[in-house]
Amino acid sequence: MTTAASVFANGLVKKFGELRAVDGIDLEVRQGEIFGVLGPNGAGKTTMLKMLATLLPIDGGQAQIFGVDVAREPHRVRQLVGVTGQYASVDEDLTATENLWLFGRLQGLRSADARATASQLLAQFDLGEAADRPISQFSGGMRRRLDLAASLITRPPLIFLDEPTTGLDPRTRGQMWDTIRGLVADGCTILLTTQYLDEADQLADRIAVIDHGRKVAEGTPDELKTSVGNSTLQLELAPGADHDLARQVVWRVVGREPVLTPESGRMNVPLETADDAADVLIGLRQAGVMITAVSVAKPTLDEVFLTLTGYDTGHLDEPGETVRDEPFLEVR
Amino acid sequence: MSTATTATAPQGIQLQTPAVDPAVAVARTRPHVGLGATISQTFSMAWRALKKMRRNPEQFFDVTLQPLLFTAMFAYIFGGAIAGNVKSYLPLLIPGIVAQTVLTTCMSTGVQLREDMEKGVFDRFKALPIARIAPLAGPMIADLVRYLIAAGLTFVMGVIIGYRPGGGVLGVLGAIVLAIFTGWAVAWIFTFIGTIARNARSVQGISMLILFPLTFLSNAFVKVSTLPSALADFVRVNPVSHLVSASRDLANLGVISGEVGWTLLAGLVVIVIFAPLSVYSYKRHL
Repeated sequence: MTTAASVFANGLVKKFGELRAVDGIDLEVRQGEIFGVLGPNGAGKTTMLKMLATLLPIDGGQAQIFGVDVAREPHRVRQLVGVTGQYASVDEDLTATENLWLFGRLQGLRSADARATASQLLAQFDLGEAADRPISQFSGGMRRRLDLAASLITRPPLIFLDEPTTGLDPRTRGQMWDTIRGLVADGCTILLTTQYLDEADQLADRIAVIDHGRKVAEGTPDELKTSVGNSTLQLELAPGADHDLARQVVWRVVGREPVLTPESGRMNVPLETADDAADVLIGLRQAGVMITAVSVAKPTLDEVFLTLTGYDTGHLDEPGETVRDEPFLEVR
Repeated sequence: MSTATTATAPQGIQLQTPAVDPAVAVARTRPHVGLGATISQTFSMAWRALKKMRRNPEQFFDVTLQPLLFTAMFAYIFGGAIAGNVKSYLPLLIPGIVAQTVLTTCMSTGVQLREDMEKGVFDRFKALPIARIAPLAGPMIADLVRYLIAAGLTFVMGVIIGYRPGGGVLGVLGAIVLAIFTGWAVAWIFTFIGTIARNARSVQGISMLILFPLTFLSNAFVKVSTLPSALADFVRVNPVSHLVSASRDLANLGVISGEVGWTLLAGLVVIVIFAPLSVYSYKRHL
């Protein structure tokens, strides 16, 4: 019986010339969980995944998949991991069925079995009607689904998803999330990378935040959010309201510095509990500060991200920082 | 937030298959690919390449047009000058053109492999537990079809303009088989270049630099005795010359001469050197 972690990595390093794309990352993914690797473009997410999937040699540290050493026994690791890249890695010139049949044959299925598996997977992934169409006619969402189906032919216990929903519309993205949860319900372990915070939030049991090739935080989404405060009171001050006075009131009531955007009159107040919001509002009313809009929100992972990395997620394509093996430049 | 345990039942896709057990999966893994599996994987990759060929028929332009065009062109331009007339030049020329077209076809094996490697599907091939040689050797097996077309059409064109091979059908078939074998062997050189070059265009460039001297500095179009001595020495050791001589003996005389042996030996040497190099480079670079 193996009780080894699905993924265990220790001090993983990848160098591209001078650049340390992955700079000493430790990782432990437990069996049966969805583990999210979150980070901006060029952070080293894909490079790390490629090393774990035997697609890139490991320059330093070591990694094991279910206790099998990645560098020493790559062939065994390849039998345990299904890899789905950010760009659909299926053959454009073949039909969906032909693609899956080929991948099945390559992995030792007999022709008839490969055909049966292909049609079963296509039906499950809602691609039955498109089975005999060439991939070049597929939409982005269909390609992703086919790509994921192709990773499941031999039912590997561990699946790597590299930005599984980048570029998908919200509905298709939701379907992909459901599919991923279904895989976990079947006993699979998922390691996924994403630059979407809500995706990590929605899917992942645990998250590692990666920046500049280093892990800057790790925990459950709730743990990460709690690290920056529990909820936020979002206020919009009336035109002409005294911003300085408002700030003093907040400081007196909750003992925290609000985040002010003077141009728009917006003010965000981090709160210990949502209940504190009432005290702040009462304080403002007594001080005569008028407000035009108010809402209370849990902190988003965006704020977590901002706090951890010092820049928000809009700041992605910094020139000269793009890593060679991470070709994802389309963000929006 | 939601976790796998608190998530509501997925409404999207559900897999109605038994649960995955990592322990079983680990126990089932094999440390290496066996020979039988390697061959089967290679043929699966060949199947893929054949499918692609059928869907992109423009890939056949070079192997159809070049034999037709070059045979006619060389015969009518050089025939009179080299052999007195076209008809008596043909026994010399046709085996030479066969060698030349088959070797040129090899070049596109490397170029296409390189183009193919840049596609996403090659990432999947790399991530699959398959023999590393399969994605390289598969397309090369499919390319045997192209060598066959190139060699066959050259002979057909020759016969149309008046070539009457003295070796008969068997001799011609022998020459075709030899040309295909040599083409397959030499294709490993271009496959290797395909794995080391920066992109498909540079594969083409490097390959041309190798191919032009090899095919033209041979006895493919002229008799060695007409060449200056230094050049003649090179031409005599050039493997392409051996292929051409062997093909002439087979097609024109119906004789399996020692040249066949030299050609086979050269082919084997190329395979023994470049097949492992290609696999090694494929593993390292991509």
